[in-house]
Amino acid sequence: MSKQVTITINGTQVTVPDGTLVVDAAKMAGIDIPVFCHHPKLEPVGMCRMCLVEIGRPMLDRNTGQVVMENGQPKIQFMPKLETACTNRVSEGMVVMTTSDKAMDGQKGTVEFLLTSHPLDCPVCDKGGECPLQNLTMQFGPGRSRFIYDEKLRLEKQVPLGELIWLDRERCIQCARCIRFQDEIAGEAVLGFDERGRNTQIVSLSDPGFDSVFSGNTTDICPVGALTTADFRFGARPWELKAQASICTQCPVGCNTTLNTRREAKAGGDIVVKRVMPRQNEEVNEIWLCDKGRFAHHYLESKKRLTRPMIRKDGKPTRASWDAATKLAADNFAKAKKDFVLLASGRLSNEDLFNLKSLADTAGGKAILYSDMGGGELTQLVGVGAGTNIGAMGKGDAILVIASDLYEEAPIWWLRVKQAADRGATLIVANPRETKLDRFARYTIRYAYGDEVKTVSSFGKKSKISDEFAKAKNAIVFFGSEGLGVNGVSALASSCASLLKESDHVGRPNNGLIGVWQRANDQGAFEIGFRPEANLAKALKGRAVYIVGADPAGDSPALAKALDGAKFVAVQDILETATTEIADVVFPAQAFTEREGTYVSGERRVQRFYAAVPVKGSSKPDFAITSMIAKQMGIILEGTSPSVVFDILANSIDAFNELNYERLAEVRGQWPIVGRGDLYYGGTTYENTQGLGVQLVPMAQVMGTVRIPKVRKEAALRPKEKELLAVPVNKLYDLGATVRSAELLGGRIGEATIFLHSSTAKKLGVEEGKPAKISFGGVSVEAVVKFDDTISTGVALAPRSMGIPIREPVVSKVK
Amino acid sequence: MSLEKKYPKEIKQILSKYPPEHKRSAVMPLLYLAQREEGYITKEAMKDIAHLLDITETDVASIVGFYTLYHDKREGKYRMQVCTDLPCALRGADEFLENLCENLGIKVGETTEDGLVTLESVMCLAACDRAPMFQTQGPDGIKYHEYMTVDRTMELIEALKKAESEVEK
Amino acid sequence: MTHVLLRHRDIPDINTLNVYKKNGGFDAFKRAVTKMKPTEVTDVVKNSGLRGRGGAGFPTGMKWAFIDNRNWPHYVVANADESEPGTFKDREIMEGNPFQFLEGVAIASYAIGANVAYVYLRGEFWQVAAFLDEKIAEMEEAGYLGNKLFGTDYSLKIYTHLGAGAYICGEETALLESLEGKRGQPRVRPPFPPSYGLYGKPTVINNVETLANVPMILANGADWYKSMGTADSAGVKIFSLSGRVRKPGNYELPFGATFRELIYEHGMGIQEGRSVKAIMPAGASSSLIVVDDKVLDTPMDYATVRTLGADLGSASVIVLDDTVDIDWVVNKTIHFFKHESCGKCTPCREGNYWMRHLTERIHSGGGSSGDVDLLLNVAKQMQGKCLCALGEFSTMAVVTGIERFPQDFKKA
Ligand SMILES: Cc1cc2nc3c(=O)[nH]c(=O)nc-3n(C[C@H](O)[C@H](O)[C@H](O)COP(=O)(O)O)c2cc1C
Ligand code: SF4
Ligand code: FES
Repeated sequence: MSKQVTITINGTQVTVPDGTLVVDAAKMAGIDIPVFCHHPKLEPVGMCRMCLVEIGRPMLDRNTGQVVMENGQPKIQFMPKLETACTNRVSEGMVVMTTSDKAMDGQKGTVEFLLTSHPLDCPVCDKGGECPLQNLTMQFGPGRSRFIYDEKLRLEKQVPLGELIWLDRERCIQCARCIRFQDEIAGEAVLGFDERGRNTQIVSLSDPGFDSVFSGNTTDICPVGALTTADFRFGARPWELKAQASICTQCPVGCNTTLNTRREAKAGGDIVVKRVMPRQNEEVNEIWLCDKGRFAHHYLESKKRLTRPMIRKDGKPTRASWDAATKLAADNFAKAKKDFVLLASGRLSNEDLFNLKSLADTAGGKAILYSDMGGGELTQLVGVGAGTNIGAMGKGDAILVIASDLYEEAPIWWLRVKQAADRGATLIVANPRETKLDRFARYTIRYAYGDEVKTVSSFGKKSKISDEFAKAKNAIVFFGSEGLGVNGVSALASSCASLLKESDHVGRPNNGLIGVWQRANDQGAFEIGFRPEANLAKALKGRAVYIVGADPAGDSPALAKALDGAKFVAVQDILETATTEIADVVFPAQAFTEREGTYVSGERRVQRFYAAVPVKGSSKPDFAITSMIAKQMGIILEGTSPSVVFDILANSIDAFNELNYERLAEVRGQWPIVGRGDLYYGGTTYENTQGLGVQLVPMAQVMGTVRIPKVRKEAALRPKEKELLAVPVNKLYDLGATVRSAELLGGRIGEATIFLHSSTAKKLGVEEGKPAKISFGGVSVEAVVKFDDTISTGVALAPRSMGIPIREPVVSKVK
Repeated sequence: MSLEKKYPKEIKQILSKYPPEHKRSAVMPLLYLAQREEGYITKEAMKDIAHLLDITETDVASIVGFYTLYHDKREGKYRMQVCTDLPCALRGADEFLENLCENLGIKVGETTEDGLVTLESVMCLAACDRAPMFQTQGPDGIKYHEYMTVDRTMELIEALKKAESEVEK
Repeated sequence: MTHVLLRHRDIPDINTLNVYKKNGGFDAFKRAVTKMKPTEVTDVVKNSGLRGRGGAGFPTGMKWAFIDNRNWPHYVVANADESEPGTFKDREIMEGNPFQFLEGVAIASYAIGANVAYVYLRGEFWQVAAFLDEKIAEMEEAGYLGNKLFGTDYSLKIYTHLGAGAYICGEETALLESLEGKRGQPRVRPPFPPSYGLYGKPTVINNVETLANVPMILANGADWYKSMGTADSAGVKIFSLSGRVRKPGNYELPFGATFRELIYEHGMGIQEGRSVKAIMPAGASSSLIVVDDKVLDTPMDYATVRTLGADLGSASVIVLDDTVDIDWVVNKTIHFFKHESCGKCTPCREGNYWMRHLTERIHSGGGSSGDVDLLLNVAKQMQGKCLCALGEFSTMAVVTGIERFPQDFKKA
């Protein structure tokens, strides 16, 4: 532990780690020093001059270097000038006065200076009610302005920095928090100051505007109403909003969120989610959120929401009672016996998945995870140890990211891995093409698609990279699904697991394997016993299928065809999809915002979410629907209380032993302290009062050692002479059902695209920017061609969920 | 044409001054290079520089905006920048500028009709003992003109005009 | 008198390598590199009593000794930003006696173990930079710069770097930011450049004039240097004299020369029938000194000028005669500082904007009686609260103008 020092702030003694900034030390002692430019997550700059305080230090004798004593006490020497609490670090015996006349005078002066240029439009400002400047003005500001109103600076008030974030130039107080966030934390310096002096203004020259998936965070830390989201601006006043804890469902990171809700005339008087805010969890998302998580929530209010059960009668979907609908499904499932197949996705909660798995097991059916990725059984064995916090990794540690574009697939992991690298961790990025993480990597490894396992195995041989990895104090491996299908990912995961085990990087915190899954609760599905299927079409054909939270027919013509040939199709979802259209029976499920439940993140943290808005129509939680169907089949499953379902789950799955809803809701003090009354310190991020979750203990940590099961080696597809291999890659803003309803993101989603090496394109005779036809497995779709000369020739990259039905590498044709 | 293609030698020479891991330091000399021909820095040039130095265009623009000798808009081919700061003003710089304006028929900040000269009033140029004085910023860099009178200034402008028409021929 | 710094006034063509060499040029550098330990060089400079000529007057040898030897590489940066209104001495040194300055850079580099030095010139010194580049090339050619100098292991490169129009880049940390390719905005200090400077590495930053002294000190010894000037301020200083004097220009005098000597002997006095009303001894950032005979006879060194309620700073003496209105002077200086405020910290950014409105209104006669009080109040509200000294500088003329020349602010 670092050295502790004791200082006195406003007469109170506080002991804090040596080197703590005075402003943070005060915060620890419960004393709020007003700030604007300081943010506990950013490097100190001392530019706004709001935090002026008096600082005294023990006087040292010039000759002896000893502390001068006076009446038995060290003599304190105060600086003649006020000092900034945000740039001075504590030292033993320091005395700080934050509310002396002199200090208050300095603080008042700064507020007055800021107000000389700041408009007084609080009544129409989005930040009104949660604005640090407004609050500090109330506290310190002069009653009347001494500045002549007509001479106030007039600037543009509605400037889009991109389509997501708007800037009001008059309100900006030049604290540079937004710029520094983008530069220091996000590593994307797309905001900057133009001009200088009083003309200093925020600009962005990126194309598209404000090009960063972290842009929304700047609106949380902007201490005034200068930056607002296009999504929420003029949407509501902060004091009209209710807050409920939730978990983001857009990716496996599991960011903690707070849903702000309000009754809305536009929504027919319904209570709706007005905005998604980050909720602090220092081990998961700290106080950040990516833009997808923040802005993609609109599908919850989509017109396509299912609200009542439907049964197909004479080829037409017809309203039905819950009883009739569940009976129909139950009869068909029972009849199908071994041909009963259950296909569910990681969009569902643990409770839902547990009931589904229990149903499949008891009824003798098969439970399949709707995913292109395997390897979840390995993360159960050698997943990261309980107590893992990427935020604590740095010098001496190593992180390997392979076959994944973290920026696109799990933005907050990207951010945290990048910061670990900033702190000195050895970052190794292995991917067939350049990704945004490369810039921060100490080593980048480029391999050809198909050579994933070979690449990991090469760590066994002596090299600078493998040496550094092996010698690292702690090491984490992220594996993804770039260019791979279920079997490919399984093989890759297994080689990664072996690498970790052989280099003794398992069974401890900050060591182990993390899957960059496609959906928020894929890890939970693996824990509960779901497994993906490489040949899904075959598994569905001719069966009685129960599809929950997935749209196979919409995703792939091949799967649609397979379902065509199914005995019976029951679909349970929140939205109408191509699959609900061909279903024999459809069950309307509740969205995660309307009910309670838990998810397991990629780092195997079990986290709770809560009901924030009222239920739509007669929809029910997934686990309850499953229980109703089960009951009709004579199988008893808990169907009312999610916490009871969870208790049963915890009793039957070892890893969850001793967990319950209460434990998941526990909180501890976190640093920095945010979300209290003083929004000027941390921003509008919410404090976590409803649960930090609990990380599951991997087998390697329980047992001390594990055996990594051998994965059948299968010949990976590689580009061959005269053949074009289409490989799937992942994209953040895609056409997935939970993204495309967000109109704001439309521009960033774009269109179906394939990426080719320019020389490959030349050979094929296709041009950049022009549409081409890509065909494989009997389907053929149009996509725009783009060049990427960082990839090898002979491959075509096809983003998943962008209209090209690709699950795994396939030989294809492009014309 | 990109900056890189146009001035490979100059760029290499500029980059050689700074440690490779701090090549961002080259941004200011590169901006001068980019400004050489048009008298201002185009968006494309900013992009080129950003690319060369591995920083963002916003970073580059932010530097252009900070320093007064970089311009992002086309104006006169030569900028005539008269110092009217305190020491020069004590020696008649304000009157000099006023008379010059009258002679040229333009106001401070404006450009002569032929696009040759933009007249500007600037802060101290470290030639306080030789006022009235100004500098010209043009394609060939920055030059000082000291102990000036309006007549001598008009002569200088005539000479610039003449040189210009000769180049055109 | 023969010059120590402005030697080109005594020796024609000293700005050519041959003439400079003939006059003892580079002997000091060679002797330092081949015969002296770096710390010995620093000790000579320390003992000479040389203080920084950039404005703050910080002891130069002490600054060099602060260099952090646990962190490498080290850099030397010469501050040739020279942008304080009324200052024009560094330009004359660089144009007239460039090798002496560059030799100073070289000796400083050797003393702190730097193998690379940068000369940061204000962008307007475009021609000066081109000239220095030629001189540096000549030195390289002649073996005074480059690898393994004088047969030792010591290597040194000097590069010029042009700013682009920003007074603030004269402030040492803003200069470093600018040199790193960023906006020229000052850093929070501490840490100071000798521990955290260019690229985060230990760096010594010195003014051009400061460095130009160094070869002469090394050549003639610390005692020789100390024998000139006063006990407080050793050696010679270039005074940039401007404003309402007959013969403005640079004058190299030992510290301790009086204002009278400077203005009347060297500057040839002021126009017939006028009298000196006020002096700004440190350019636009200076306090205004009310002038009487006693003031004119005050010796100019750092400590004594302070007794007049002003700082000597870079010794840019601006003379104001009795026809000059102080409210006009104040308006001019605020115009300058508002234009040059970098915008990083609130009091300077907003305060100068506010002050400019007030001085403009007062000067044009449209101010109310409360405006002068408010102006004074705003200036005082800025004092002691800004991130760097520019904010402080901008208040000096305002506060001393109003307090010392109240009659000039009565028209409101
Ligand atoms: C606003 C401001 C402007 C300055 N401008 C200059 C300058 O133009 N030239 C200079 O040498 N020092 C200037 N300084 C002083 C430098 O910060 C620094 O103290 C000096 O370069 C140190 O060199 P010295 O010790 O040799 O004087 C300025 C300081 C401030 C606060
Ligand atoms: S927009 Fe907000 S965060 Fe950015 S500099 Fe202005 S006030 Fe600060
Ligand atoms: S200067 Fe300390 S908070 Fe801004």
